[in-house]
This record gives sequence, C-alpha cells and structure tokens, in this order.
Amino acid sequence: MLIGAFCSFGVAALASRMELLDKEGHPIYLLGRALWYWPWLIWEIIKAGIDVSKIILSPKMPISPTLINVRSSQKSAVGIVTYANSITLTPGTVSVELEGDEITVHAITRAGADDLAEGHMDRVVSRFEGGGAT
Amino acid sequence: MMFAVATIAVLITIAMVLARAILGPSLFDRVLAGNTVGSLAVLTLALIGFVTGRPEFLDIAILYTLLNLIGTIAVLRYFKMAEPVNPAQARD
Amino acid sequence: MEMVLDILSWIFLLAGGAFCLIGGLGLLRMPDVYTRLHAVSVIETLGMGCIILGLVLQAGFTLVAAKLIIIAALILLTAPVATHALAQAALHAGILPKLDHDKTGGHIAGEDEPSNS
Repeated sequence: MLIGAFCSFGVAALASRMELLDKEGHPIYLLGRALWYWPWLIWEIIKAGIDVSKIILSPKMPISPTLINVRSSQKSAVGIVTYANSITLTPGTVSVELEGDEITVHAITRAGADDLAEGHMDRVVSRFEGGGAT
Repeated sequence: MMFAVATIAVLITIAMVLARAILGPSLFDRVLAGNTVGSLAVLTLALIGFVTGRPEFLDIAILYTLLNLIGTIAVLRYFKMAEPVNPAQARD
Repeated sequence: MEMVLDILSWIFLLAGGAFCLIGGLGLLRMPDVYTRLHAVSVIETLGMGCIILGLVLQAGFTLVAAKLIIIAALILLTAPVATHALAQAALHAGILPKLDHDKTGGHIAGEDEPSNS
C-alpha cells in the first residue's frame, strides 16, 4: 500500500512538472464553492422532482411541452457543462442541444421553461464558476 | 423487511420499464428503457446486498454504473453513424 | 437512537420506492420520447437518492456507506450525460418533439438557418 501511495504521488508530481495538467482536467479549485452549490442543486432537484411527480400522478396529465433557447453567461467550458448538466439533472428540463453559449432546452411544462428563461440557475452557476457576484 | 419492500418496488418498476421497452414505438424509447433498467439494476444490486447481508454486491454495483453509461453512449453513437434503413420506420 | 434511524430509513426507502414507481408509471403514460426523459430523470435522481440515503442510514459510518455514496455520486454524474446524448441523438434522427409552445422560432442551437423539416 505504501508503494502504491508513493507511485501515485510520484506520477502526479511528474505530470505537474511536465505541465500535462491544466485547470480543466482537474478542477479542484472549484471544490470549496461546490460545497454550497451542491446542496442548492439538490434542493432544486427535490422541488422539481415533486412537481413532475404530481404531473405524472394527476389523471389529466397537464403537460405543455416547450422548446426554448437559453443563453449561458459562463465563460469557461467547465461552467457551461456544469450549467447544461444541472439543467438535465433537474427533472422537468432536459438540454437537447448545446452549441457555443446557446442551449436548447426541452421543458415538460410552460412554467418550467419560463423559470429557466428567467435565469436564476444561470446566475447561480456563474457565481459557482467565477466567484464574482453577477 | 424494509429492504424487501423497497426491492419489490424497484422490481415492479423494472417490469414497467421493460413493458415500455417492448411497446416503445421508436428506437430511442428502447434505448432509454435499457438505460433505465441499468440504473434500476444498480439499485437492485445495492438492495439485495442488504437483504442477504453481503455488502460485496456494492462493488458490482459501482462497476455496473460505469458500464451502463458506456453501453448507452456506444449504442447511441452506433445509431448516429448508421444510415437509417427506412426513414419512415425510424421516425415512429 | 437506533429506533429513530430505523424510522428514518423506512421513510426514505418507502419514498424512494414510491418515486421509482411514479417514474415507471410516467414512462408508460407519457406521449413521446422527450417527455419520457423527464419521467426517467425522476427515477434517476429522487428515487435513487432516497433509496441510497435510506441504505446509508442503515449502514452507519462504515466502508459500506462510503461505497453507497460513491454509487450515488457516479449515477448523478453519468445520468445527465446519458440523457443529453439520448435527446441529442433523437433530435438528429429527425424525431421532433410534440410541442405546445415552441419558443425557439424553429431555431435549434448549432444550426445556422431555421429548420422546420
């Protein structure tokens, strides 16, 4: 086990000396902010999940599927991917297509699409990515 | 007891998802059902580990989570590359 | 203490099973591929999360709990990738979603001109 630990530390040290690592490959600098971003995301997932469950269980199934384009204000690739993944992870909205800073989102209800277009999640992800308040 | 109840719920869900895989009009319904069965199988493995009191099943569950993603992506890439034999059939 | 943990895991396991059943029901009832994706994401986030949380409460502070949390994290990381790949592939294959409101004006991200084909 000691040899294994020594080897992995050695490889990491060599890789960083050879400048093989970049910020994108190992975004450890996001870890501190992730500690408050993840609970917020989990809370959003719970709220949205209960909404979708109500839609499924109601006999009429009041769905109004909507396709909408949203702009993401993140600067780095990590931020945009985090935003798109957060959209998909939240029940009720799925990011269908992603190009540049434009994301096409399929939402199961009109209200869900409107919430997303309002841009609250976008601002939170931007703060998670950049640290600065927007 | 409580694990058994949850296991039965997950197994019933697997049956529903398989029904969608058999019915599912388009190809993507079937891929979606396959992916969902994979996720539910991970849950079943974890629960069965607790029912039988042998947590070794969890290692298999971790492996299955990763293989599930790779399998889904591989199938989707294959269908993206392949030309549809009959466009009307692929549509619905 | 033991009693409280048992009751909590009962609640979480029952809730997780219920969310799984709801998701399965939604998968059977929804009209087209894109709406079925939403039903599946209920299973993969809430159903999975509740069941794993119930199991973690039973496992206590052990290696088993760590493995369960690894499973939950892996599913939460991989599920959106698979869902997004599926939605994108379905759109590229020419399956158009049944829409009530189309706010994109026929414009999909990544395409130059509006396509309504």
